[in-house]
Amino acid sequence: MKSIEELIANHPFLEGVNDAFLKEMAGCARNAAFDEDTYLIRESQDADQFFLIRNGSVALESYAPGRGALVFGTVKENDFLGVSWLTPPYRWQFDGRAKESVHAVAFDAKCLRGKCEANPAIGYELMKRFVPALMRRLKAARIQMMDVYGGPTDGGVLESAE
Amino acid sequence: MDASPDIVGATATTPASYTVVNKRWEFNGTATLHLARACEKDSWSPAAPGQFAMLYALGVGEAAISFSGLPETPGRYVVTVRRAGAISDALTRLKRGDGLGLRGPFGVGWPLDSVKNKDVVVVAGGLGLAPLRPIIEYLAHDRGVANSVSVLYGARSPDAILFERDLSRWRNDAGMNVRVTVDAAASAWRGDVGLVTTLIPEIEFRPKNSVALICGPEIMMRFAAEAMEDAGLPQKAIWLSMERNMKCAVGFCGHCQFGSYFICKNGPIFSYDRIRDTLLVREL
Repeated sequence: MKSIEELIANHPFLEGVNDAFLKEMAGCARNAAFDEDTYLIRESQDADQFFLIRNGSVALESYAPGRGALVFGTVKENDFLGVSWLTPPYRWQFDGRAKESVHAVAFDAKCLRGKCEANPAIGYELMKRFVPALMRRLKAARIQMMDVYGGPTDGGVLESAE
Repeated sequence: MDASPDIVGATATTPASYTVVNKRWEFNGTATLHLARACEKDSWSPAAPGQFAMLYALGVGEAAISFSGLPETPGRYVVTVRRAGAISDALTRLKRGDGLGLRGPFGVGWPLDSVKNKDVVVVAGGLGLAPLRPIIEYLAHDRGVANSVSVLYGARSPDAILFERDLSRWRNDAGMNVRVTVDAAASAWRGDVGLVTTLIPEIEFRPKNSVALICGPEIMMRFAAEAMEDAGLPQKAIWLSMERNMKCAVGFCGHCQFGSYFICKNGPIFSYDRIRDTLLVREL
């Protein structure tokens, strides 16, 4: 069985982080597993963790009255879940639901923020990984907002299927 | 609609008479039409994957529509049309037995020679899967042509997924790596949610020995082509199906001029290296 330090060292998100920093970060980490349809994060609750997804996938959702939970993204293995732990008020903005069995490394956010405050070089290493990932997600979200595909016509004359 | 249109003597500029022999609604507003030549004496040419036809909705007008299937029976074509304006609305309203005019096939198709022994990455968005379907079928029919085939498909929502049965068949029977993602979904959707380009890092291909075939809204194609280039494919191995307002379809009228190209005649399929800079020119 791999140690937490090995698990985070092998995760693509932390590729290239030096051993000393990984050891520091491992002090804030634990193994975590989630069954299908259980929640890793819940909207409005304290963003007190950050996850590296090892396998499985997580649906990012928000609840709309009358429409139920709307899924707007999927976080999959080798990616990370959780940004709200980085900035005050440290509160989750959306739900994260395991679409299947999920194995992850969970970091205690307060502990990790403390390590970054004590050693800003660790924080800088993390920012070098978070910022490009957030740029990718922002770009994807912006394209999704444009609704470029079109789809079934909304309203108008409905024709019965033959 | 009149079932017996008075259209004879088809040429590149004169429509031939065709009849709808089968129709299937893919989802609301989008239908696949199976067309058969009405007059045996009219010429008919087999279409190549990626080519298009000018479909004439009688009394309404003509629209360029890519072939979405290539039946082996002479005199037959398959097209998929989404209701987006007066002409496509009239086309989607056609019923079995109704008549229409057809000119074509026109244009340069997908590069069949370039996919041989390659890792083929098909990236489709929305209705863009329709012009890709013939080449995917070609690759599915003879799995020895390409080294591997991945089909990445993005749709607006689960109920706007085109050719669902084909996607399953390509995955389960043809051994293709088929991945589908949607922009948004209800929680019951078990598949991926996100932009189609997010699927690219999840598939295996040899960048220097791969070909990408991309079709969808132009903005999606720009980002997909960029993502494939970032993944290591040379620009000349990335192919896009372009769309503009085509009228004559034979390079005379200039309506579809795109830089130094006429999309109807030089395209609609282009390699990325030929059109990359032009794609960034606005108002073209």
